[in-house]
Amino acid sequence: MPVNSDMASAPGIPSDPGAAPRGLPGSGPGKPALVKSALSTGARLLGIAPFSVYVILGLLVPSLAIGIGAFENADNGSFTLSNIDIAVHGIYLNGFETSIKLSVLAAVIPGFIGFLIAYAIHTAKNGPGAVLRRVAITAAGVFANFGGVPLAFLFIASLGTTGIVTGWLNDLGINIYAGTFSLFTLTGVLLAYMYFQIPLMVLVILPALEGLRPAWREAASNLGASSWHYWRYIGCPVLFPPFLGCVLLLFGSSFSAYATADAMTAGALPLTSIQIGSFLNGNVIAGQQNVGKALGLGMVAVIAVVMIVYTMLQRRAAKWLR
Amino acid sequence: MAALTEIAQSSAPVPRHRGRRHRRFPVWRWLILSLAGLYFLTPLYAALKFAGVKAFGQVAHQSGFSSALGLSVRLAVITTVLTLVLMVPTTVYVHLRLPRLRRVLEVVTILPIVIPPIVLIIGVLQVAPASLKATPDLLALEYVILAMPFAYRSIDTGLRALDLRTLFEASSSLGANWLTTLWRVVVPNLRTALLSAIVLTVALVLGEYTMASLDLYQTFPVWIVLFSQDSGPVSTAASLLALFVTWVLLMAIVTVASQSSRRRGGAEVTLFTVGRQETGDSR
Repeated sequence: MPVNSDMASAPGIPSDPGAAPRGLPGSGPGKPALVKSALSTGARLLGIAPFSVYVILGLLVPSLAIGIGAFENADNGSFTLSNIDIAVHGIYLNGFETSIKLSVLAAVIPGFIGFLIAYAIHTAKNGPGAVLRRVAITAAGVFANFGGVPLAFLFIASLGTTGIVTGWLNDLGINIYAGTFSLFTLTGVLLAYMYFQIPLMVLVILPALEGLRPAWREAASNLGASSWHYWRYIGCPVLFPPFLGCVLLLFGSSFSAYATADAMTAGALPLTSIQIGSFLNGNVIAGQQNVGKALGLGMVAVIAVVMIVYTMLQRRAAKWLR
Repeated sequence: MAALTEIAQSSAPVPRHRGRRHRRFPVWRWLILSLAGLYFLTPLYAALKFAGVKAFGQVAHQSGFSSALGLSVRLAVITTVLTLVLMVPTTVYVHLRLPRLRRVLEVVTILPIVIPPIVLIIGVLQVAPASLKATPDLLALEYVILAMPFAYRSIDTGLRALDLRTLFEASSSLGANWLTTLWRVVVPNLRTALLSAIVLTVALVLGEYTMASLDLYQTFPVWIVLFSQDSGPVSTAASLLALFVTWVLLMAIVTVASQSSRRRGGAEVTLFTVGRQETGDSR
């Protein structure tokens, strides 16, 4: 089966980019003359020296500074665990909880919606669909990078107390402000986050949908499979690892977002990124300057755990697919 | 592949799939896309009404507008050039001479996603020398780090589709050295991948707010926020304009790239390539 589909794709483009280099002579033990020469491993590593130096200076050193600072007493520089202790209790613990809750919601809901939209775009390839497709893909590229105060304005203008949509709903007899709804709560921020999370999902899941070869569907229906069978035994298992990967990417994206929530709630919603921002803006109790670094370390730890779970799940999923 | 299905579909446009069930799909498609359109366009309409027509004419005359826009454009140019100069030779080199390091590079370039900008900027502000902190170019240096995950993945995907070793051997047997080959053979072959890397980098820099605001420099997004305290409508108009201009720019780039790619038998250009790599190389 996979062999056939590979052959089917051969005359078009190398839609499976990994396949081409594998067959090259260079990937085997017999290296061609180009590499065979006197280049020792050490000399070869020199080629990535500029990149390594850049990453060390721009990423590693600042990260280490945070890692060390998180365990330092801000007044005399001695070792302490009190920063970490403060960072995992009280308002800061609440901040982590709210951040994680918001990010899970802002990853799963846009994940499913974005998948549906991407599928609708993906299947529209002929006639007017092609134009629609291009408009939708570029629009997704723009909206995925949209955020901050402009986004906050858009939502205040539509769903704020005097917003246009609020007015429309009022005319229909629905008062969204009758209950506890407010734009400046978790629900409101979630609504706004979806504005860039859904397009991001569309952008990152589309290439995976392109990977579903029409030949598979044809082969399945030749063998008498219904649409349900196709999705149950082929579509979903193939798409599961990339789908999960994209949802986790969305989690990271909303977990580290700062500008939008900061602009919308002016700090009223306790999110870890906003708490770190207030440390940087100088709103600090004396002696607690390094708590911001401990919070940063906590954020990195949360995202690192997500990445590790993702790698494990994907490895397992790859096993199923074999 | 895309070309094949296109031909297949255009020869029989009406019964797209002969299957019974599939004809129902277009209803779903239009329903989903209309709902999505409603969700994305309503806030834009609301903002347009809030800003009013007059505000659009006033945007360019506001104090600080041109310097903020100028700074953002300058940062975008520096970041893009640095990213390409750093990432293209490195990725090509690793593909060619150190294929075993590809996994390492993949992990390293994902790190800027693991370490959020709001966290990274704390460390940067602490360790950067005062001379660098005195210039906004420090931001460009860090934006290169932020752009790395996208730039690397675009270039890497582009390189996978090339028979790099043969290109280099052929070129060197014609007497070209490494740099000549890189500039005159590899880069032209990578045009689509580079374009996607450039678009993603530029979009990132023009929209970046977190680091710029905490480093206290007035880039365009920071200016919009600061100015909103003076005049909400003008600030809203400015953000709508920025949104529209970016979108037109992206449309133009993707259209041009798709056309040149189709001429050469390539796939349609999309803006993101992380997912493809995950499906293509999942084991």
